[in-house]
Amino acid sequence: MRFLLQRVAFYLFTAWAAITLNFFIPRMIPGDPVQSLISRNQGRISADAIESLRVLFGLDENESVWEQYVDYWKQLLQGDLGLSFTFFPAPVSTVIGDSLPWTVGLVGITTIVSFLLGTALGVGAGWRRGSWVDALLPATTFLSSIPYFWLGLVAIAVFAGPGSFFPSSGGYEPGLVPAFDQYFIPSAIQHSLLPAATILVSSMSGWILSMRNMMVTVSSEDYITVAHAKGLSERRVALSYAARNALLPNVSGFALSLGFIVGGTLLVEIVFSYPGLGYQLFQAVGSKDYPLMQGIFLIITISVLVANLLADVAYLLLDPRTRKS
Amino acid sequence: MTQTVLEITGLNVDYGVGDQAVRAVRDVDLTLRRGEVLGLAGESGSGKSTLAYGITRLLPPPGVIRSGSVRYHPVDGDPVDVMALTPAELRRFRWAETSIVFQGAMNSLNPVHRISTQLLDVIKAHEPDMSAPARLARARELLKLVGISADRMDSYPHQLSGGMRQRVMIGMALALEPQIVIMDEPTTALDVVMQRQILGQLAELRERLGFAVLFITHDLSLLVEFSDRIAIMYGGRIVEEAPAAQLYRAALHPYTEGLLHSFPALRGPRRALTGIPGSPPDLRAMPPGCAFHPRCPRAFTPCDNELPVLGAPADDHPGRSVACWLHRSLESR
Ligand SMILES: Nc1ncnc2c1ncn2[C@@H]1O[C@H](COP(=O)(O)OP(=O)(O)O)[C@@H](O)[C@H]1O
Ligand SMILES: [Mg+2]
Repeated sequence: MRFLLQRVAFYLFTAWAAITLNFFIPRMIPGDPVQSLISRNQGRISADAIESLRVLFGLDENESVWEQYVDYWKQLLQGDLGLSFTFFPAPVSTVIGDSLPWTVGLVGITTIVSFLLGTALGVGAGWRRGSWVDALLPATTFLSSIPYFWLGLVAIAVFAGPGSFFPSSGGYEPGLVPAFDQYFIPSAIQHSLLPAATILVSSMSGWILSMRNMMVTVSSEDYITVAHAKGLSERRVALSYAARNALLPNVSGFALSLGFIVGGTLLVEIVFSYPGLGYQLFQAVGSKDYPLMQGIFLIITISVLVANLLADVAYLLLDPRTRKS
Repeated sequence: MTQTVLEITGLNVDYGVGDQAVRAVRDVDLTLRRGEVLGLAGESGSGKSTLAYGITRLLPPPGVIRSGSVRYHPVDGDPVDVMALTPAELRRFRWAETSIVFQGAMNSLNPVHRISTQLLDVIKAHEPDMSAPARLARARELLKLVGISADRMDSYPHQLSGGMRQRVMIGMALALEPQIVIMDEPTTALDVVMQRQILGQLAELRERLGFAVLFITHDLSLLVEFSDRIAIMYGGRIVEEAPAAQLYRAALHPYTEGLLHSFPALRGPRRALTGIPGSPPDLRAMPPGCAFHPRCPRAFTPCDNELPVLGAPADDHPGRSVACWLHRSLESR
């Protein structure tokens, strides 16, 4: 418990540091991004919005830096991340809110599937060395060593030609309105299959390999020999004794990979022009949309921190040795 | 006449196959009698653990049993050929008839499960009909047997001291009241006081429950006190076997003699501590003849090219056997 509180305190501190950095960076950008925005949208921008932008970018000459900092926090706590330049006048929070479900839906689900499937195959490969799963390993290792960008492009070239079942870009059929109905959902699933498959191919072998190697390591532990000597069933020895111990390092790896769902999907979404957060970030960089970049960085930071906390909790739950009585 | 409970004949265990194989156990014949403590001593690397793994068919790869038979004699019923058991039969045989306390007993407990889980799963695996409360009662009783209070049931292994973990393992070994308990250096990692305490407890339990013990150690002094008979192993072979007291009083094999002079005398006159010169043989390149002859102070003509077999010594010592040319009449060659 004490350990966990320490970790939480540490993550809160890190979050504070990241947000503070987020506050200072735009103030160091030379030039005046807000002024250029205002002049671009002459007359179409409300006084309120200008005020909010000025707070965000520290252009309010009447306030000291400290007062600006306090205002910045107030805005942040209300969920106000400013207005996006490219989607002006949509607030950044709305833009993020629209693209986050795509990222979480595609990458989140594939990350979980990849972990579960990879771990299960790794248990099999490590327990029965020389079985068919083992024979599969060189192939999966080869596939995972291909740079993702290339893998994605090859997948598009091979599977997504004109007339193919797999669309080569986007998250749904253009013209459909996002809604939970019989037109939109199948289209969204159809669009996600190819990117999901490429993510699985490139990420799963990591889980298989690490789980397999941990199984092999754990198999030579004394308590495994004892479990055999006790005459327990093969299944119980493999799962409750070997896999249960081999899983420990992988679970924290998994929790950490959840944190990279948001930040680590840039390539996938760029290659497939998928309307998620990574693609949004890519576009924001291209059009110098600082408020949107800041907002996305904030989300990425927070999700990495939350994932770290999850990893700690998972370890605490799974490994009694980390629990102090 | 004491009955035999385990009979090992002509056992050969190799690590690996072909020319590169390490022959770790060679032509071992050994008999364990019901209820006795048979000590097995020898320098480390002499094949003691390999023998223990071999007779329980727990050899880690690349270990293979090349030949030999292991026969188990149940209290009632026909002898069982351990080498011929099917995987399912073997699982039923293990722990119920022969349990083991391992060399690395410190790591013998699964770190992620409670003590209770690990005591209960073995009972459940072998006695599926026993009710859950009865199993629990049995597990508590086992801990009490080895002097650990029942409120330790819910502890995890890391919460127990080394000595306690060791005693948990001994308690676990007795869970199904096996006829044979094999102990492979069970106290090597413990301090001397703890070692004595545990061995004392073990001796007492053995009196009470009547199981036979194959006690393996590199420390012959322990065996002299705790065992009924002692077998000495060198380079994968048994080189001498005798009742403990006789072996201590008058060792026949020069190697045994050397081992006895490697530790201080327990009682009686002081002896010179000499140890054994040289180092244990390389199992890949064994010397011809008697494997011990390069280190033997008393080696003579036949020793360097003819292998002495284990047998009754020529110079009348009933109940003993030795593999040494010093104790062979020349005709028996
Ligand atoms: N996995 C293995 N592979 C190859 N050789 C081994 C293996 N395990 C043990 N040996 C060899 O077998 C011999 C006997 O080992 P062991 O039975 O552990 O001896 P002891 O228990 O008497 O110390 C040693 O010389 C050791 O080098
Ligand atoms: Mg050993």
